Amino acid sequence: MECCNKRRMMKESPESNFMNRRGSSCFPDEVLERVIGMLKSRKDRSSVSLVCKEWYNAERWSRRNVFIGNCYSVSPEILTRRFPNIRSVTLKGKPRFSDFNLVPANWGADIHFWLVVFAKKYPFLEELRLKRMTVTDESLKFLARSFPNFKAISLQNCDGFSTDGLAAIAADCKNLTELDIQENVIDDKNDNWLTCFPESFTSLEVLNFSILHNDVNFDALEKLVTRCKSLKTLKLNKSITLEQLQRLLFRAPQLCELGTGSFSQELTTQQYSELESAFSNCKNLNTLSGLWVVTPQYLPVLYPACANLTFLNFSYAPLDSDDIAKLLVHCANIRRLWVVDTIEDKGLEAVGTHCPLLEELRVFPADPFAEGDARGVTDSGFIAVSQGCRNLHYVLYFCRHMTNAAVATVVQNCPDFTHFRLCIMNPGQPDYRTSEPMDEAFGAVVKTCSKLQRLAISGLLTDLTFEYIGKYAKNLETLSVAFAGSSDWGMQCVLEGCPKLRKLEIRDCPFGNAALLSGLEKYESMRSLWMSDCKVTMNGCRLLAKEMPRLNVEVIKEDGSDDSQAERVYVYRSVAGPRRDAPSFVLTL
Amino acid sequence: MEPSIYQSELNLEATELRLGLPGRTNNKRSSPEDRSTSISISISKSSSVDSSGPSNATDHDDDDDDHQNSVQPAKVQVVGWPPVRSFRRNSMQQQKQKDEHNNNNGDGSAMYVKVSMAGAPYLRKIDLNVYNSYSQLLNALQNLFKCTFGEYSEREGYNGSDYAPTYEDKDGDWMLVGDVPWDMFTCSCKRLRIVKGSEAKGLASL
Repeated sequence: MECCNKRRMMKESPESNFMNRRGSSCFPDEVLERVIGMLKSRKDRSSVSLVCKEWYNAERWSRRNVFIGNCYSVSPEILTRRFPNIRSVTLKGKPRFSDFNLVPANWGADIHFWLVVFAKKYPFLEELRLKRMTVTDESLKFLARSFPNFKAISLQNCDGFSTDGLAAIAADCKNLTELDIQENVIDDKNDNWLTCFPESFTSLEVLNFSILHNDVNFDALEKLVTRCKSLKTLKLNKSITLEQLQRLLFRAPQLCELGTGSFSQELTTQQYSELESAFSNCKNLNTLSGLWVVTPQYLPVLYPACANLTFLNFSYAPLDSDDIAKLLVHCANIRRLWVVDTIEDKGLEAVGTHCPLLEELRVFPADPFAEGDARGVTDSGFIAVSQGCRNLHYVLYFCRHMTNAAVATVVQNCPDFTHFRLCIMNPGQPDYRTSEPMDEAFGAVVKTCSKLQRLAISGLLTDLTFEYIGKYAKNLETLSVAFAGSSDWGMQCVLEGCPKLRKLEIRDCPFGNAALLSGLEKYESMRSLWMSDCKVTMNGCRLLAKEMPRLNVEVIKEDGSDDSQAERVYVYRSVAGPRRDAPSFVLTL
Repeated sequence: MEPSIYQSELNLEATELRLGLPGRTNNKRSSPEDRSTSISISISKSSSVDSSGPSNATDHDDDDDDHQNSVQPAKVQVVGWPPVRSFRRNSMQQQKQKDEHNNNNGDGSAMYVKVSMAGAPYLRKIDLNVYNSYSQLLNALQNLFKCTFGEYSEREGYNGSDYAPTYEDKDGDWMLVGDVPWDMFTCSCKRLRIVKGSEAKGLASL
């Protein structure tokens, strides 16, 4: 390892390492580095680096991967100075509410200047995982050219690139093992990017292009799948038919994770049985997703593969309760299940009955904006799942109304929740049986679930909810709030009461300057705070910025809005100082 | 009658339609600063590459929050609420439109059309809804009839091939498959016919 040799030359004389100085370790640096190098957990590494200078150095030299939760909290220069040997970088950019159109386009989080620095300092970079960043084709082309050992790229919720960028990766990254494109805003130019993988290229293990909406060159895909014998994950897009799926499965029976294409086509009896046997040949399948456009009568072809499934993502397949029930009979080993609310309460009862090992459930709305008598899931479905699935610890549940009693029952059945995200879709909706606020529901959650790390609240909520959270949610790290609370006191309770709070995102709540400023001391121990459409003013933000120079206090200004109000506020700690690339509508105070 | 007396007799406040969160009992007229009783609607500035699917931002002048004079619908779509990502929203929207479109066609779930081929002893029927694009449809037709269509181009039609797909549209005209956007095609196609290459050339050169 050339990096270690360089460092030995810069080291002090060998004797000093064996002297017991100030109680520091007697190990030679190489040994210390080797030992600390085995630490995988970020928290452990962080603690280790604080012990003494030798340990700090051993840690920074031995670290191979780095996770940056907010790309503006540190600069690439500072990063590369501290960690000289990084092989894998994970970066997150925009605030999470940008997923819901609350952050204007061109806000920032562009990967390019990071890549320029990495090209100089981390020429051996192998992995890049980005979430909510802007990535252009130029950047992807630059990446493909600059890192000869590059292996894995994963882009989630990113924007700014097209299939041209993918073509560059395919053509130039000779050692690529992973190409994972999830839920990005991508310009699909339908230009045969798959054909850019050279004939000699065989190393691919993960391929996910499920979000592309145009056809891909199936011939090129089939050849690629055939020659990449280590392919473990394959996630196809809508354009792939059942017949094409069968051919791919035939080539790659070793797959562990499969995202199907469209699950609907006119099949002859012969084709149907070929597809069925293709699925039963996939003995290693543990994850199934996709199923864009489902013809329910073909679902039985999946049954042979269901017994080993641990993750079933049907969140784009609006099945009804009968179809899901018939399928789940075969899925006793499911740990994670994502579904659409078209399965209704009856479908959730089937979940409770057939999937006792379930740990994570996400129920998405088929029709979030439906008026009137829209169907979906309710409190009874929620209770049914909790009764059958006692290991449940992660839930994301979209519903139209809920009761306090139901939530209390659910957490009594499943007290180990770590992630509880309840979205009652009508803002400010009270308990539909008692017409009371939903305070007691979330009170029950925080009182019962001592391991709770992430909470999203909704419905009609007063300050009492926040009092409960501040008093009981001692392990809470992430809190999402919308249309809730009665006064500044609510937000203050949370800021004062939750010692492990890292991310707080708030929209449309009556929290103003007093609430904002009550967290003065707190924000430096958090990753970020987002407040939009609350009652915070520019003066409040200016005061915060003045008192806390190590925080970046940014206000996103819209045209034609009141100059004294701060509609969208984003506060985060940073060692990199104010942004150098802020667009005109982002004011750094 | 003086305007002020007239107004108080009419008791405009009682009949005023106001935008407020459901379930709230506090209906006091509040100052412009107090936004807590109104759903804030902002004009979304983000440019969406997905042109399909409705935007969930509503144009609204929110300088005048609490003094609603115009009639507002009971529920207004709020930017970014419910918190469902655009990709998912658009996907679901497309599926919903497809279902509605099918329902409008009367059949509900399937759109069967007859397919004939010159020289074949009998016709076949296929369900157009099963396919999402021309390439899927053409692959299926080629499989069903064991023929090839060749490359489609706007100028030349299906060039260098034995056969070409044509369809009869709502007006009774015979058209070359592939000229119009897929969704428009599925709406107007009444039946399909696979013609010999030589016949198709006549169509394409018009």
